[in-house]
Amino acid sequence: MTRYFSKDHEWIAIDGDTATVGITDYAQGQLGDITFVELPGEGSSVGKGDSVSVVDSVKAASDVYSPVSGTVSAVNQALADTPELVNTAAEGDGWLWKMTLSEATELDALMDEAAYREYVDGL
Amino acid sequence: MTEGAPDTLAGARLLVTDSEAPEALSNLPLDAWHRQRGARMVPFAGYAMPVQYEGIIAEHLWTRQHAGLFDVSHMGQLEISGEGAVAALEALLPIDLSTLKPGRQRYSLLLDEDGGILDDLMLADRDGTYYVVVNGATKWDDIAHLREHLPDEVTLNHLDEHALLALQGPEAARALGALGLAPAFPRFPQLAELKFMQAAPFTWQGRPIGVSRSGYTGEDGFEISVRGEDVVALADALCARPEVKPIGLGARDSLRLEAGLPLYGHDLSPETDPAEADLTFAINKRRRAEGGFLGADTVLRALAEGVKRKRVGLSVDGRMAAREGAKVFAGEQEVGTVTSGGFSPSLERPIAMAYVAAGHAAAGTRLEIDVRGRRIAAEVVPMPFVPHRYHR
Repeated sequence: MTRYFSKDHEWIAIDGDTATVGITDYAQGQLGDITFVELPGEGSSVGKGDSVSVVDSVKAASDVYSPVSGTVSAVNQALADTPELVNTAAEGDGWLWKMTLSEATELDALMDEAAYREYVDGL
Repeated sequence: MTEGAPDTLAGARLLVTDSEAPEALSNLPLDAWHRQRGARMVPFAGYAMPVQYEGIIAEHLWTRQHAGLFDVSHMGQLEISGEGAVAALEALLPIDLSTLKPGRQRYSLLLDEDGGILDDLMLADRDGTYYVVVNGATKWDDIAHLREHLPDEVTLNHLDEHALLALQGPEAARALGALGLAPAFPRFPQLAELKFMQAAPFTWQGRPIGVSRSGYTGEDGFEISVRGEDVVALADALCARPEVKPIGLGARDSLRLEAGLPLYGHDLSPETDPAEADLTFAINKRRRAEGGFLGADTVLRALAEGVKRKRVGLSVDGRMAAREGAKVFAGEQEVGTVTSGGFSPSLERPIAMAYVAAGHAAAGTRLEIDVRGRRIAAEVVPMPFVPHRYHR
């Protein structure tokens, strides 16, 4: 499974023609305690860069943008009761939504893990 | 991912660090101390300040259950003294100093000529010298305002070499009591004798400290004025106690919100007057009758005629927080604006303060808040959201 990262601190893991999206561990650390996650509707069609989800922390609300275009196929229902999963497992069980990709070439504009870690170190 | 909320709100401003030039920041005496304890430092009121250590919710709950140590050295500590200080202060503040005894502290407001709130403050009578604590972000403007209006024979001394700590929570008295403070002179009370809104001078291991039993969390606790060169030793001694952990500004904000206490620059501003801010208690009785303070005409007229809008507490349905700037609706009619809001760690749901039209300000009124294009139900509730537990 290949994982890509955006400058807006989303990660996207590709498995065939479906992908899982979340926010990075760096992002959750910056946000602090997460108290609520607003998720997109299943079946909704999203464009690259669209604000698809909102992560609410004690400090602030932050938009989460879709790193690619496609259709939302599933959302992480566990976050309704345990939004803190995004804090404890941002790049694992704290995923936000799954989607099918409509423009796989959009992945080329994203960073790989090494490039993202370097990007974050420079912030 | 980016900030969706306006960055004027306290929380977001704490998070967005790259919008301010770090080189312009001043460091407070505990700067290295905070960093050694893993604090995330952010710009606040011109200083690098700790926003959190282990996490806002954990720090918030620790303070409600035990004792939290807050560095609030960014705040302005002023001493006002001299012949005519009483008259000069009463010309600027709606306070009645004739009813403030030595060793007592009172909340007051710095008003402009139109009755707008320039700052809110705490004032203590230190035996004829008035000790005033003002907000960090406004202290330079406050000092300029005071210098402009105070007569020459009244001295204003900015205690800028002093740090200020707040120790807050149900175990604060035990923790500070264990340090063995001695009254500075025999005529002053012991620490354990201090009640809410009383203040006294002490020595700690020969070092002078000023203590008031007050704070900004709704809990019992103390604010401790200490020389900058002594503050590391004092903070170390307090945090060596098992009851005490250092707490950042993030939890300070959520604690004061639960306590229903307004935050200057958000819930109070020159555009708000004391009556609509629900702070009429700060217009002391004699001053209400006599006036004679800056802004009195407007303030007293608002008191007599009633206000068009009022600061209220809102209990917000669901889990999504309504934050500063969110508009409040009654049906299709816009009736107000949220001035502070966020997740309440104690209540585990969102709460907010808002100014709403007087006709919609009664407790129990059902309203709606526009949160990023979505209508969230809310209800006007009495404040504080979490009961105060002051030591009276």
